[in-house]
Amino acid sequence: MSSLFEGIIEAFHLIIVLDPDLLQIVFLSLRISGTAMIIGTILGVPLGAFLGLKSEKKTRLINKFIFTLMGTPPVVAGLIIYLLISRMGPLGVLGLLYTPWAMIIAQVSLATPIITGLTMVGVRSKGSEVVETARSLGAGPALAAWTVIRESRIAILGAIITGFGRIIAEVGAVMIVGGNIAGKTRVMTTAIVLETRRGNFELAIGLGLILLILAFIVNSLLYNIQRGGNSN
Amino acid sequence: MFNEKKGLRNYLLTMVFIMVLLLIAAGCSEDRLPVSETKFFILATTTSTYDSGLLDFLNPVFTEQTGIEVQVVSQGTGAALEAGKRGDADALLVHDRESELDLVEQGYFIYRNDVMYNDFIIVGPVEDSAGVTEANSALEAYNLIADGKHIFISRGDDSGTNRVELRLWEKAGIDPETGDWYLAVGQGMGETLRVANEIPGYTLTDRGTYAANRDNLELIIVLEGDPMLFNQYGIMAVNPGEHPHARHDLALTYIEFLMSEQGRQLIESYRVNGEPLFFPGLGGL
Repeated sequence: MSSLFEGIIEAFHLIIVLDPDLLQIVFLSLRISGTAMIIGTILGVPLGAFLGLKSEKKTRLINKFIFTLMGTPPVVAGLIIYLLISRMGPLGVLGLLYTPWAMIIAQVSLATPIITGLTMVGVRSKGSEVVETARSLGAGPALAAWTVIRESRIAILGAIITGFGRIIAEVGAVMIVGGNIAGKTRVMTTAIVLETRRGNFELAIGLGLILLILAFIVNSLLYNIQRGGNSN
Repeated sequence: MFNEKKGLRNYLLTMVFIMVLLLIAAGCSEDRLPVSETKFFILATTTSTYDSGLLDFLNPVFTEQTGIEVQVVSQGTGAALEAGKRGDADALLVHDRESELDLVEQGYFIYRNDVMYNDFIIVGPVEDSAGVTEANSALEAYNLIADGKHIFISRGDDSGTNRVELRLWEKAGIDPETGDWYLAVGQGMGETLRVANEIPGYTLTDRGTYAANRDNLELIIVLEGDPMLFNQYGIMAVNPGEHPHARHDLALTYIEFLMSEQGRQLIESYRVNGEPLFFPGLGGL
């Protein structure tokens, strides 16, 4: 029990003194997951909107496929990426293993299905109604599609933030492809695993608390956006 | 309804636009990510070595003297050897002498040196219901645990420690995996010690990880000092003939540093809770 209490004190101590190692780990986590989120958004939102505008019957198989990918265990994604970018793998010559880019690739593979799937569901729920209204008002197909996406922006934002929440808290994939190298590929989650194994429970729980605080900030943003959207 | 062909064309155009954006984004974020300009190589090592803190003590000295950065990836010995064989690391610091010598023979690694040693210990609950403290050897201890069906926690992760543990069972003539008192948890040493602490049960551990975690454990050392529990660490470089991209020169510089008089002294002077954990060179078997 004392470890938990001391951990909380340690966390606040680290935050207050702005421990440089801690800051480096937190910023690296944000950069990697942030970049992965942006790439995942660029890939997932158009794809999800495209699928959401199609009738459900036509995309049944794709739907099942995307929903399955949404639940990929991170460690499986990590292993697949590892085998691809390892020196013996097909992309080995690029020398990506144990670099932040390897971690970004792994996190993109986790975030993209979530962003795609949730965007698709969001667009579909607004879908035909909005399209018909827009068309009846004389909009072309492209404009009608754009209108639906704009109307679904709250759901899309929710999809992006959900994707981000999943990848920043994920440890299985980044551990395998990043290697948890101090100062280079060590992020919050892998640092927590390491410090737990080393018996430094205070530091581990401190990092855990910071992760929770970040999650709280992200979720508050999401909550406010959705509330704002509903009141319109 | 919606014009299919037009929709598809718009989608393709969008995708092209996205790919361009993606490339721009990739280009921009490149310099924001920490890309080391210094020379570096990747050292694959075992969790027990890394978790002891020894490398955090040695590597800054090496980096200061040579300007070479050591990027450490810690895994089980099995995984580290595999990473080396695949060319994903440049140098290895592991502890499974037999396999290491085998792999050197097979041409995967070169310049293997017996860099340091310490020992394994058997730890268990304070009550020591199996009476292992009375045992004179590791094999006797194993027999006591197996005969009384006392719970034994195994790493079960093909790490160096796990391999030593399994070899000892073999020497004791016991097949532990048939017993429900034998639990293979498939985790690192720190986690395994915590499982042994909670259940509680016996386990084989390296002295370093036990020393580092002692404050959080109620386990006591029930057996130590058997020559069979000897733990030799080896350092070796990935063979550049096998993997031409390997940062061979940097790995060799590191091996020379560890084997030098200064390296030996540093290894010897490292302490955890006032206790020496590693001894330089080849230990007596």
